[in-house]
Amino acid sequence: MHYSALQILKNGLTGNKGWKPVWRDPEPKKSYDIVIIGGGGHGLATAYYLAKTHGIQNIAVLEKGYLGGGNVGRNTTIVRANYLLDGNLEFYSHSLKLWENLEQELNYNAMLSQRGCLLLAHNDGQFDGLARRGNANLATGDDAVLMSADDVRAFTPYLNFDDARFPIRGGLLQRTGGTARHDAVAWGYARGADMRGVDLIQNCEVTGFRIEGGKIKGVETSRGYIGAGKVGMSVAGRTSQVAQMAGLRLPIESHVLQAFVTEGVKPVIDTVISFGMGHFYISQSDKGGLVFGGDIDGYNSYSQRGNLPMVEHVAEAGMALMPMIGKSRMLRSWGGIMDMSMDGSPIIDKTPIEGLFLNGGWCYGGFKAVPAAGAAFAHLMATGEKATWATKFNLNRFETGHVIDDEGTGARPNQH
Amino acid sequence: MRISCPHCGERDHREFEYLGSAKLLERPDGGDRAAFHDYVFQRKNPTGENAELWQHVMGCSAWLHVVRNITTHEITAVKLARDVKAAAR
Repeated sequence: MHYSALQILKNGLTGNKGWKPVWRDPEPKKSYDIVIIGGGGHGLATAYYLAKTHGIQNIAVLEKGYLGGGNVGRNTTIVRANYLLDGNLEFYSHSLKLWENLEQELNYNAMLSQRGCLLLAHNDGQFDGLARRGNANLATGDDAVLMSADDVRAFTPYLNFDDARFPIRGGLLQRTGGTARHDAVAWGYARGADMRGVDLIQNCEVTGFRIEGGKIKGVETSRGYIGAGKVGMSVAGRTSQVAQMAGLRLPIESHVLQAFVTEGVKPVIDTVISFGMGHFYISQSDKGGLVFGGDIDGYNSYSQRGNLPMVEHVAEAGMALMPMIGKSRMLRSWGGIMDMSMDGSPIIDKTPIEGLFLNGGWCYGGFKAVPAAGAAFAHLMATGEKATWATKFNLNRFETGHVIDDEGTGARPNQH
Repeated sequence: MRISCPHCGERDHREFEYLGSAKLLERPDGGDRAAFHDYVFQRKNPTGENAELWQHVMGCSAWLHVVRNITTHEITAVKLARDVKAAAR
């Protein structure tokens, strides 16, 4: 069914009886041309572009739990393209362009809100760093506005400008950045993939690979063996475990990242703000809750819940940046497991096993990457060639020295 | 999470800095590129027990070899990293 204002009107007048389930719940077939492991944003987007752009009919997405139940349903929903280094620059630039047309593409309201994304600087060194970053973004064709302290004060007057310890020196605004409705992104891609014949198979955990003569033959699952011509892993947070079943060891550690949301309040923050002195970023959801997050806890974790010291740190950073939020009560906090790669950048590549492909290592930047990563992974799996906007996310870059270390912290996953 | 430092006793984990897998104690010969790539970048990243290096930066500064469950955060053994390294030789 094509969604439109007319459909809403028609169904509204007829007791909403015309709405149908958005995707089927098919039984797995014996084999598929392509099997995608992981029914999150990336996996669903990959299936969508495989069917839409590359015309492949016989595809399955295998999901251990329910569609969109992993990190795509539990992030801080920020979309931006203000990275610094080649590899990331052109990739996120392409992703933002896909975001801008996503709702028309999917005929689904992903509630993309380009409310801007502001990075703050608190000293001269940081300000120079932002100028360099902004120039890199402009040279890539993206938006970047270097703001003086007065500009920032006019844009977001409620910040703590005269904090003795962290006075605001300036900022870098990307007006095209913003937020999107995270669940709707997964649902939109799921619907689009299902409409094009992709089997979305939930409650189906992959428990092993069948590999013969160095070539992938299929996957063992909790719902039986499924043959496959090609298999793509798209399982953020669990990439090491899934890859290990194929005998692969990866440049990835798993860490927990916490996020928080307050009770709903009246509109107060109309953009996305990142504090420069401590990892803290905040936006306000359309429901009114202040959504914010900080850094990873700092040590490997699969626990899906964070520790209290990071809660304290994030609250302190928030209070230093905008003391007014101290009056709002925290409603929920949660932790998600991140693939932290050794240089802070992702991997979209073939593996040493023929027919087995890897999309992982997204650290905590996976949400904004959903459209471009899905399109790039689909392109790689369908054609065997790297997409033009994702040529540098190679698995062997750590061996060849072509790391993409945007933070410049070296092979320390807990520092990215 | 609390870590029992062999020198200082049980302390809050905020006194410690996390480095990563204890495989970093087994530094290979720099001439062996494949082994060095594995040493610097590749990780087992298990869900259960893992041997890790922590430094008691706000205490005695000693490097510690900590065996910790990555899912439950239960710590089962803490030794001085230099003792573990000496025993491995």
